[in-house]
Parts: sequence; C-alpha cells; structure tokens
Amino acid sequence: MLRFLGMSSLDELFASVPEALRLAAGLDMADGLSEPDTLDAMERLAERNRRAGRELVCFAGGGAYDHEVPATVRRVAFRSEFVTAYTPYQPEVAQGVLQALFEYQTLLCRLTGMEVANASLYDGASACVEAVNLAVAATGRQTVLLSDGVNPNWRQVLETFAAGTGHDYVRCQIANGVTRWPDDAQPAALLVQYPNHVGCLEDLAAARQLADNAGALLLVAFDPVAAGLLHSPGHFGADVVVGEGQPFGTPMSFGGPYLGLFACKRDHVRRVPGRLVGETVDADGRRAYVTTLRTREQDIRREKASSNVCTNQTLIAVACAVQLAWLGTDGLRELALRCARGTRYTRDALLAMDGVDPLSDAPVFREFAVTTPVPGDVVVERMAEEGFLAGVPLGDEYGERGLLISVTERRTRDEIDAFVGAFEKVIR
Amino acid sequence: MSPSAGGRATSAPIMGRDAEPTLFELSAPGRRAASFRTTGVPEWTPAELVPGEHLRGDPAPIAEVSERDLVAHFTRLSHRQYSVDLGAYPLGSCTMKYNPKLCDDAASLPGLTDVHPAAPAPLTQGWMELLAQLEEALCRITGMHAATLQPPAGAAGELTGLLLMRAWHEEHGNPRRKVVIPDSAHGTNPASVTLGGYETVTVPSDRRGLVDVAALRERLDDDVAGIMLTNPNTLGLFEEDIAEIAAAVHEVGGLLYYDGANLNAILGVTRPGDMGFDIVHMNLHKTFAVPHGGGGPGAGPVAVSERLAPYLPGPRPVVGDDGAYRWETPPKSIGRVHSWHGNALALARAYSYILANGGDGLRRVAEAAVLNANWLRTRLRGIYDLPYDRPAMHEFVASTSTLKKGKGLRALDVAKRLLEEGFHAPTVYFPLIVDEALMIEPTETESLQTLEALGDALERIAGGDAEDARHAPRTTPVRRVDEARAARQLIPTWDARE
Repeated sequence: MLRFLGMSSLDELFASVPEALRLAAGLDMADGLSEPDTLDAMERLAERNRRAGRELVCFAGGGAYDHEVPATVRRVAFRSEFVTAYTPYQPEVAQGVLQALFEYQTLLCRLTGMEVANASLYDGASACVEAVNLAVAATGRQTVLLSDGVNPNWRQVLETFAAGTGHDYVRCQIANGVTRWPDDAQPAALLVQYPNHVGCLEDLAAARQLADNAGALLLVAFDPVAAGLLHSPGHFGADVVVGEGQPFGTPMSFGGPYLGLFACKRDHVRRVPGRLVGETVDADGRRAYVTTLRTREQDIRREKASSNVCTNQTLIAVACAVQLAWLGTDGLRELALRCARGTRYTRDALLAMDGVDPLSDAPVFREFAVTTPVPGDVVVERMAEEGFLAGVPLGDEYGERGLLISVTERRTRDEIDAFVGAFEKVIR
Repeated sequence: MSPSAGGRATSAPIMGRDAEPTLFELSAPGRRAASFRTTGVPEWTPAELVPGEHLRGDPAPIAEVSERDLVAHFTRLSHRQYSVDLGAYPLGSCTMKYNPKLCDDAASLPGLTDVHPAAPAPLTQGWMELLAQLEEALCRITGMHAATLQPPAGAAGELTGLLLMRAWHEEHGNPRRKVVIPDSAHGTNPASVTLGGYETVTVPSDRRGLVDVAALRERLDDDVAGIMLTNPNTLGLFEEDIAEIAAAVHEVGGLLYYDGANLNAILGVTRPGDMGFDIVHMNLHKTFAVPHGGGGPGAGPVAVSERLAPYLPGPRPVVGDDGAYRWETPPKSIGRVHSWHGNALALARAYSYILANGGDGLRRVAEAAVLNANWLRTRLRGIYDLPYDRPAMHEFVASTSTLKKGKGLRALDVAKRLLEEGFHAPTVYFPLIVDEALMIEPTETESLQTLEALGDALERIAGGDAEDARHAPRTTPVRRVDEARAARQLIPTWDARE
C-alpha cells in the first residue's frame, strides 16, 4: 500500500505533522494485552466492586433503580445491528433504528400524555436542562422556579449550565414533602418532579394553576414506572415532561449510559431538542421513517440552534421500547403496583420502630424518606456489613439528615423482613 | 491486540425488503411477555396504595405482544438496518471503525453493570479505580494534566470545555465575549458556543484548507475567550501552523480548545497538549471503539492543562496514600455536568480497548487509519475532484463538482448508489466549504481488499449514468424517502396518524 502512495515508510504518512510536535518515543503507556489478559484485568477491577445482588440487596434509588432486565431485552435490543449502527443519516439503510425510535416516541407519548417525544437525551439531568431551555425560548423569560423536590444531582447540572445560558433559578423549598411555590413570580416555567426526590406525590394540579396564573410553562420530571398507576403528567396539563428512562431495560451500571426522556405538547415541536423521527413514504409510496424537522438541529442551524445535542442515547431508547413492549399494558401496571406494595410493606415495618420517623406524611409511591437516630450515611455504611445497600443519604436541604429508601418489584418479603431486622440493629 | 484489518466486501448484505408492521399493529388483546418474581409481599389494591386524585383509571396503553412476537419484530427491524458488523461504513468525521467484541464482554461484567451509582466509595473501589486509570490514560494520550469523564457525548464535552473557559476568564477578571471557530467546523461547535454564552466568530480557511493565520490574527483581541479547533481538521488535513496559532491565541490571553472528533489520526504520533491546547474533548465512541448504537450512547471526556484542572466538574475519583479511592470535587469546579459519573459502561468499553491496544497498538491504529485514507484518496484521483489533493490524515474530502457540471452527478446520488453497492455512504455536503462534498473516512479496520472494492464501486458510480443514479437506491429496504413530506405532514407517533 505504501508503494501505491510512493512512500517508503509509515512515518512519511505524517509528514504534515511538524517534526517538533512528533512523539519520538511513542506513548508513555504499557503495550497492548491479548483478549484473555484484557478481560482478566477488567474482571479484577469488577471484583473490587460489591455488586448488587444476593450479597448486597439493593434498597437504593434516588434516580437509579434495581429493576428486572429481562433476557428478551438483553438479547434483542443489543443485537449487533442496533449496537454498531451510526445515526440514521441514510434512511434507506436505517429503517430498523428509525422504526424502533418511532415506536419508542409513541410509547413515551402514551406514558406521559404528551403529543411529541424526541429520540432521547443523555439522562434525567440533561432532559431537565433542555426543558428549561425550551421554556425560556418559548416565553422570553429568564427565571425558572425550581423545586427542591427535583433530584439534587439534576439541580446541580441545571446550575452548571445556567452559567452559560444566564438563566436564574428560584429555589422552592419543600415542606412536609411537597413544594411550596411563591405566588408572586412571573417565571418562564415551574420545574417539579413527580413523585419527587423524597418519594412524595406533588400536587400537580396546583402547580398547573400557578403556571396558568403566571403565564408560565409547567415542566414535570416524571417517573416512568409510576406512570403505570399514577395519572400521566399530561393529565394534569404539563407542557413538557422529562425523566430518567433507566428503569426500563438498563441495569444500574454505576450511573450510565442512561436515558433522558423528553416529551412535550405539539405546540412546542419546533423547539424540541435533538432528533425526532417521523413517518413518511419512499419513492414507491411505501411507509418509511426518517429524522425530521432537521432544520432545528445544530448541524444545519449552527450558532442559532437552541440545543447542541448530536450524539444521543438511541440504543438505550431502543432497549426502553423493547422493555415496555415486554411489559405490555397490564405488565406496566403490575410493575408499578408491585413497587408500591413493596414500598408500603417496608415503610410500615420501618416506621413501627422507635426512633424511625417519616420525613413527611405526604403520600408516597415507590420511594420514601425516613429520619433515624444515626445519620443516613452511617446507616448505609453499617447496613452494607449486613448485606444491604440501604438507600441514598439525603442532603441537608431536606431538613434533618435522612435516608431515601426505594423498593422495586424485585424485593421479596423475605429480603424486606431481613432488611428490617438489620435496620433495627444498626440504628441504635 | 493485533489490529489486523479484515474482511472483504464481496457482496451487498442481504437486508429485509418487506415492511415490518409496528408494535401497535402487532398488538392483540391479552397477549403478554412479562413475568415477575414471586415475592410474597401483601397484595394491596391500587386504591389502598395511592390516593384517588393521583390514581389513573385505565392503564397506560402500551402494546400487547407475546415474547415470540416481540423477538420476531425487533429481529426483523434489525434486518432493515445497516451496521459496522455488516460492512464498511466510510462516514467522514464519524470514525465508524469495527468495535472489538471483547469490549462488549468487558462492559457486560456483572461486577460493573450491577453497581448503584450512589453506593458509598468503599463498595465501588473497582469502578473508581477504572475511572481514575482511564482519566490517566486519556491524559497520557492527549498530553494533558487532568480529566473529567462526566460528559456523555462530544457536544456535552464541548459545552463543558466552554464553561471551563468561561470560569477561567471570570476568575481572571472578565468572561470575554467571543470564541473563534474555523468555517470548516462541525455544527456542534457554534451551537455549543452559543449555549456557553459566547458569540461565534468565524475564521476562513485558506487555499491549503488550513486556518488562515493572517485572518485569525485580525480577529484576535482581548475579548476573545478562545478558539475551537479540530486537528486534523474536517478536511482531514493537519493544521501545520498550530504552534503559531497557539502562540497568537495565548498572546491575547485566549485559550485553545481541541475538538477530539479526529483524534484517531494522531494517536501516538502527536498530542494536543504538545500543540499548545488547554482543553481537549475526546469522542470515545469514535477513537476508542465504543459502538455508536444507532446514534448513541457515546462519551465525551474532557482533559485540561494544569492551570484549568481546579475548574473541572466533580466529583472525581482520587486515590489516597492508603491506596483507597474517594470522591473529590475540585476547588473551583464548574459543577456537575451529568446525573452521575458519565456514561460509565461506555467508559469501561473504552478502557478495555485502550488496555487491549496499549501504547503500541494505538499508534498502529493511527498509522493504519492514515494509510487507508491516503490509499483511497490516491485511488480516486482523476475520478473525483480532490479539492485539497495533498497528503491527508485519517480522512479526505472528494467532490463531484466536475461530475455535476459534466453530467449532473451529485454527491447525494453517489451516496445513494453506494448503498446499492453494499457500502454505507460517506458523509455528504460537509464540510460546508466544499461544493458537492463527499467526506470519506475508511478507518483502520478495513482491509485492502475492502478498500479496493470500495474504490471500484466509487469508480463505477462516477462512470455510470447520472440519470440512473438519481433513482438509486433500489435494492435497499426502502427507496429514497420523502423528507419534505415528513416535515410538512408531521407524524411523530403512531397515534398522530390520520
């Protein structure tokens, strides 16, 4: 091949790199490993984690949940045709991904009660950021009322990106589990989580009323599992619904890759960030799918684009669609019901203990917060020795230092009973 | 790991031609796939668990399909999808290399997948060590001092980098207003600049296809926060004047941002840190073989020079004297840019790829990528226009400008004909500064036999009938799709159909 190029050495390929910039000695790194040696090295790292399972039964949530990922999802969504495809820029050879995304968009709209959903964002936090950007652009206002009930990590991400966009957030504290909104503001939007970070069901009807009075948009970060039993945010009049799609088809994976859910009313379709798949026809009039309203996107609109999203989380969206289809209409309801039952059973047992109090008595669904005689992080540390990941310690913004406990459909009565027994021991 | 390229594209892959009904058409009442663990938890009713004002009446309609129907459906959809595992994917700027299967296995280890991201540090030492070692490896590869792994994609890395730039300038008195970008830049660059609170100033390319240094100097003043450069640039050319550019930008107090979209070309050859860059993002889904997943997930870590390290997002994994890892947020951190620790499993894949290749293997990646691109560029000389016909790096830009004037053959038609030949199309109409652009990046993982077949196909297409090419593709799952109709009569969901 070098001869074809009239070259005599591989170094000549890099003639345009100035001599002074070239790495004479190559990279200061070890040489490559064989496949088995590489996997051995990776396994040694993996063994240094205590994985969730029978040895560490998971009661932690707070934005990442220990749900069942069925064999069907692992085998089907991770077929190499889906895994090793690029963004569907050539729709003639990308109908598989495009149709799967169209189905995902449809499912997400059915769950949220919205009319349009995009083809995914990075995670729950990035979906919140994009929802706020949409609301600011739609209203021309810069201030957003931000509930303390929104996941604290997501709120941190919102604050980080506000340094560039210049948005102002007004923190709205929660009292007895639900957000207290100021009633004299003229914000672009209200952002509320349902159920919120401490597990409580917010009053979305009141939030909608406030948004109407102020001419603001209502942005709801929802839990897609809860949608199996709870009204959709659309039912309460949300304008944009976002959320974390990890519970459907993605293991906890130390936090990623997850799935940013984004859906909204059709009025806002031209401000939707990222990719959107639409149905159309091909030259022979046959049904076909294609990414559409492309003029919104950064590669065409450049500095005038309202979002810079390009690479998204398509594969995770496909896994989400497969998992939702696997659950089906009845299965989704049953999943939600099983989470709520486990949560009730665990909560009742813990609250029966002396010294364990609820953070609030507002209704909860599949997560709840308690305060204990010792701080939450100490409870988690001690419970790990007993074989449980007891929950996620809550920050100071929620008052007394507490612990957020989550119960999924995977938790059995025996596991919960053992958890409660150990809890009683470690809080003293 | 031996990076020997393999495979020969002997024929167009067989793809599903018949339309596949949607899930919603396949749905039949009463069918289901789901099954749940036997738990023994008391079976309270919904009304006993949720207050009435929150409880939905009818369940959310999903679809009702059996496992068998579900598997057949998605398997058939997969047959209507081209992928790297099927064949060559010479998409310029996208680096669609083959993704070694060992990385799939590495990222599927239960000790990595079944770990809660908020679990306390003593329970997640393996993950924290992996992330810290990946940070270090990426710093060695780029010649930088410290890194964040949080950004989940290239564009997220860009915005993170711009916020680092802003924080740095704010600390030094004034955030400044402008960021300079070449006219050949990716669209994410100007979009990220806007979201970073800056104005884009465009600098033209010169006749060589490189940044016009004189024009750049005219644009530099003390209101310029920095410059974003891709090197090699989107024409596949190395910015030979980079040292001069870096000095000029630094002279006005600006910072240099390296867009790592094309890092594949220089692995082990040269490093952004040595060129004078202050901030570098990497696309692990390009350079480090994380598969693209039909559009994502990727990962876009950002590495910085020593003076910018205090501003990095946090928390970051830090090792103590006792060998134990803990989380630490840098003192002047811009804050979190991800819900958790970034696209962790994508990071694990990239780390396994780096381990398998090592420093020697990464250098061979760059050599083979550049060799393949230049072989194909030379093969196409005299057949297509080569507007910048000089030694390229890992990709090159050809054009059908002359073919269009001569017989009406457009870049789009070449792309569609190539689909019929069994290859994925190159990137077309980018960069914007080249008329009828075909941006071709064969990657290091394609063999000479595949390059020959690709070259032969491109020559056949150039010599073929232009009118005929307008009807291509005819052998793909669908033919050209009506994009105008999709936008005009928007159908974003199954339920939006008339």
